[in-house]
Amino acid sequence: MTRSATELAVTADDRRVAWLATAAVGLSLVDAAIPTPLPGVKPGLANIVTLVVLARHGWAAAVWVSVLRVLAGSLLLGHFLGPGFFLSLTGTALSLATLGLARLLPGRWFGPVSLSVFAAFAHIGGQLLLARAWLIPHDGVFLLAPLFGAAALVFGTLNGLIAAKLLADLPSAHHADA
Amino acid sequence: MSWLALLRPGDWLVVAGAAALVGVSIPHFWQGGLADRAIVRQEGRVFAEVDLKARHRISVPGPLGDTLIAVEPGRARVVSDPGPRQYCVRQGWLMRPGEIAICAPNRVSLQIAGRTRVYDSISY
Repeated sequence: MTRSATELAVTADDRRVAWLATAAVGLSLVDAAIPTPLPGVKPGLANIVTLVVLARHGWAAAVWVSVLRVLAGSLLLGHFLGPGFFLSLTGTALSLATLGLARLLPGRWFGPVSLSVFAAFAHIGGQLLLARAWLIPHDGVFLLAPLFGAAALVFGTLNGLIAAKLLADLPSAHHADA
Repeated sequence: MSWLALLRPGDWLVVAGAAALVGVSIPHFWQGGLADRAIVRQEGRVFAEVDLKARHRISVPGPLGDTLIAVEPGRARVVSDPGPRQYCVRQGWLMRPGEIAICAPNRVSLQIAGRTRVYDSISY
């Protein structure tokens, strides 16, 4: 077999990030397949993966998994570099930044549900601001803010609960294998 | 394991806070929210400006005849108009700030206004 000209050392961490990102991409596809009454309102199931990764493997891994998910997800859904892609990227960037801060909250009091709700609001907030600044430069977009906020509350809570359940069911021993 | 057991004390606080935020955002973003005045214009000049608190009937003379406007608590409509196509009449009750019925042939318009001025796309 010919040896590749460039040798990339693939670490166990890389493999784990790749697997987790794959799971997240799968969930984004499920997300996209769910019909919604209003464009922009999505359950955001892939964020469950982000939350689990954040809890188990730290913020940097969560950033990797999310960014890979947005890139690969948009390629698969065919909106790479389209408006939907930038909306998703902005939302993800803001929610990751928020998660980076929110994870410093005392874990005894604030669990995955809090993180999920914070992330959901940051996500939708970022998207609304980008939409206002770029796609629909009119304050009319903010008429939808209460609906988006309500969706962020409901789905943020549900995703947080699912992530909390997964974390409770998968004790941290899981981290040893990779 | 119950799902509620997965919520930590602060989570309740965060969820309640988020719900309150959504609650507050409704009047904030859906303002103009309460319609409180009806502005009737004839030839572009304000003919009457009435509070949407009581019932009124306003008859506005125009080049074709009288346009009749009814005001009720929270809403207003054009009841009859001498114009040929009756678009403004068929619009029915107007109740959100910024809504407007224009009876162009008779040069009468009826607009709902709220606390804050709301523009529609015509302004651009």
